[in-house]
Amino acid sequence: MGGLADAAARRLRSNPGAVAAAAALSAILVMTLLGPWISPNDSRTLDWLHIAARPGMQSSHWFGTDRLGRDLFVRTLAGTRVSIAIGLAASVISLLVGVSYGAIAGYIGGRTDHLMMRLIEILSGLPLIFFVIFLTVIFGRSDYLLFFAIGAVGWLTMARIVRGQTLSIRQREFIEAAIASGAGTGRIILRHVVPNVIGPVIVYATLTVPQIILFESFLSFLGLGIQEPGASLGTLIAEGAGEMEAAPWILLVPGSFLAVLLLCLNIFGDGLRDALDVKEG
Amino acid sequence: MVPTLSVDRLRISFSYRSGSVEAVDGVSFSIAPSECVGLVGESGSGKTQIFMAAMGLLGRNAQVSGSVRFEGNELLAADASTLNRVRGSQLTMIFQDPMTSLTPHLTIGTQLAEVMVTHLGMPWKDARSIAGHMLERVHVPEPKRRLNQYPHELSGGMRQRVMIAMSLLCEPSLVIADEPTTALDVTIQAQIIELLRAVRGEFGMAVVLISHDLAVVAGLADRILVMYAGSVVENAIAEELFKHPRHPYTAELLKCMPSVTGPRLDRLPTLAGQPPRPGETLEACPFAPRCPRAADRCRLERPRLEGSSTSQVACHFPLA
Amino acid sequence: MNDILLRVRDLRVDFGAHAVIRGVSFDLCSGETLSLVGESGSGKSTLARAILRLLQPVQGSVEFRGLDLLRCPAAALRAQRRSLQIVFQDPLASLDPRMTVGETIGEPLKIFEPGLNAGARQLKVRETLERVGLSSEMSGRYPHEFSGGQCQRIGIARAVVLRPDLLICDEAVSSLDVSIQGQIINLLLDLQQEMGMAMLFISHNLAVVRHLSHRVLVMYLGKLVEIAPCDALFESPVHPYTRALLAAVPHVPHATGAAAPAVPGEQAVPDMISSGCAFRERCPYALSVCEASEPPLLEVAPGHWAACHRSHERLNPLSLSP
Repeated sequence: MGGLADAAARRLRSNPGAVAAAAALSAILVMTLLGPWISPNDSRTLDWLHIAARPGMQSSHWFGTDRLGRDLFVRTLAGTRVSIAIGLAASVISLLVGVSYGAIAGYIGGRTDHLMMRLIEILSGLPLIFFVIFLTVIFGRSDYLLFFAIGAVGWLTMARIVRGQTLSIRQREFIEAAIASGAGTGRIILRHVVPNVIGPVIVYATLTVPQIILFESFLSFLGLGIQEPGASLGTLIAEGAGEMEAAPWILLVPGSFLAVLLLCLNIFGDGLRDALDVKEG
Repeated sequence: MVPTLSVDRLRISFSYRSGSVEAVDGVSFSIAPSECVGLVGESGSGKTQIFMAAMGLLGRNAQVSGSVRFEGNELLAADASTLNRVRGSQLTMIFQDPMTSLTPHLTIGTQLAEVMVTHLGMPWKDARSIAGHMLERVHVPEPKRRLNQYPHELSGGMRQRVMIAMSLLCEPSLVIADEPTTALDVTIQAQIIELLRAVRGEFGMAVVLISHDLAVVAGLADRILVMYAGSVVENAIAEELFKHPRHPYTAELLKCMPSVTGPRLDRLPTLAGQPPRPGETLEACPFAPRCPRAADRCRLERPRLEGSSTSQVACHFPLA
Repeated sequence: MNDILLRVRDLRVDFGAHAVIRGVSFDLCSGETLSLVGESGSGKSTLARAILRLLQPVQGSVEFRGLDLLRCPAAALRAQRRSLQIVFQDPLASLDPRMTVGETIGEPLKIFEPGLNAGARQLKVRETLERVGLSSEMSGRYPHEFSGGQCQRIGIARAVVLRPDLLICDEAVSSLDVSIQGQIINLLLDLQQEMGMAMLFISHNLAVVRHLSHRVLVMYLGKLVEIAPCDALFESPVHPYTRALLAAVPHVPHATGAAAPAVPGEQAVPDMISSGCAFRERCPYALSVCEASEPPLLEVAPGHWAACHRSHERLNPLSLSP
């Protein structure tokens, strides 16, 4: 796939929006990793002298502090880290599960496909929030549960997309040629179907990440996600919402981070689609 | 006498992100009224692009220079309204795949009548009745029934007859048939060629028959132009071309065509190498790499199309 | 007579309610080139796929070296695939756009000779590329970088890398330029001589078939209407459809200046015939018996079979209009 990936990379590089978005994303990532080292503060220390302090360069709290005196700079970066990690992890899960499920259903077809799609439809019908609440009630609040719940639901649309792509690939002559060459079902799905559907899949995956981050933020905002003293952008925004009138920066700082993160991911995802979408030859 | 179509130094190139590709490289010829000209070439020869340019159907990334005159009027610079008056009425085109060139959701009758309503200002009822008559003239069985059918309900051969009917409705001066039989079975192909011959006799318009198959063209053309890699390499009266081809490419092409009659061969005659891809322009003769007669001059200097009014060839060392 | 490699009996394939192949039987011997001629709707491409069990026939048997491919278990079928290969009509579409040419040609080796290490496999791939007339350096390139003729060579390379006993060519040269067709056909002939494989050559192009075949099958609307040795078919065709096909082939006038023979007028193809001979509505020789009963395939001369009620008569050649 080398040559084709190179061509796609070239197209991506020539797209100014995608490049800018990628740069911004890298900057954010670097900040989240290095930030805590730069700042003298950490995310848990309560600084009683600087409660709800404004952002500024005078004190060491560049982005200010929250109601409990915790440094917003470090906390926001920590929260961003958590949100990105959840977004990536859940996307990877939904990618792996969704692609396998969809490719198998699409390629084998018939009753197997029928059954597999009915299962997806049933699962899609479950209201997401209730599902998470339900799991939380049974298993108690835990970060791992959050990962699982989000990932477990994220694969549904991915599976549908992959199945659709597989159905159209299945009719193509090179698949027939592979069968005629003696390839078994497993080999065909792995070596012929998946590489040829991967384009839209990658694009969808990059567009899923912001969705998942938003969803996690929402859950955390509702109190179902990450728990204190841990932070995610969602919990930070929830806190900030309560302080909106008195100390707006407590909301604005994580809010802006979330907005920029989502914007860049979406722009990059679009750029990726444009780069991969061009007909190769 | 004004030629029906006059092409002068036509150049067409397409620009892509990676650069520009030249498809037609300075082509000149003319078509007299009522003349049937066959335009023969393989993939990459540029034969279709010439007429797409004439009809104004090229994409936006096409750069066209030179001149294409239809009955004395320049087509290339014409504005949309002038072009629309001429296209579909005086200058019509029949495409290779009638399935994609007929609108799938309109009935045959509607599509045929539309031509006359648009170009001749005829009322719909009259137009439909004339459409029915035209279907009869192109030997479509049960013409009245067909008027109410949709394209997908007809076979490939019948759709092509409908296309031919459509191209004749406004009594055109020139009909361009672009590979009209390539997508059809051999037996149907024979019928369509027969139909084109009959129609030509009846209506007397000029015809351009574009094909990759010399044999198809042989049944119809008065004169044949052979194209290779974007230029005309030979322009001769049909009989002459088949009896005494002057360009080596024409001669090789004739040799390469297996025939059902004649002796059986153990190996088919071939032409080594492959046609240059569009865009591979050379200063030399484009056929030189594959030509059995190529000499040094051929690799350095591009031959120009020269000769008499009945026979022209672009070759430094033409045959006989 | 060579031993029989492929034995097809009473093959029937339906697409829903539509009977595409309506009872086809024939034999193919080792080393033989058998051509299958027909137009669209004849079912010839479907026949190729049925033989390879790329689709499931409703009835009939396909015996390859004694094993019925239609009834054997999937694993046994896969094992046979190394000896029974196919080259498709659309050269580019039959190649996986995401795999390099080397990987495509090497795939059969990976499947059937897993013992070969990567180096040995690479060597074989390069050898095969050279054998089909392409430079071995091209093995790292992708299909879209090649022309139609070159792609077809790659398809052929993939098909012959394991030296199959039977190669099916499904309209393998139909989408190629005339000047390239000859090259590919000569390549197939050379490979056949070298490897001793049999060929089932499916085509609508009678001219090409003439120079290639030992025997010819003519198919119309799902049935075989004539089977004959090549020379006999072209010199003395029996079935009216075969004659119509031959008469319809456009001719280039030869150097003697003889004009191209005109083609006889024919009617449009009707929908499926419910009774009698499927060709009767287009046949200039049809009689009432043709509507009443379907003519069986009968031997009219040694090795020459035709399905026509009037095959024993000396019918006038189809008239050539002035």
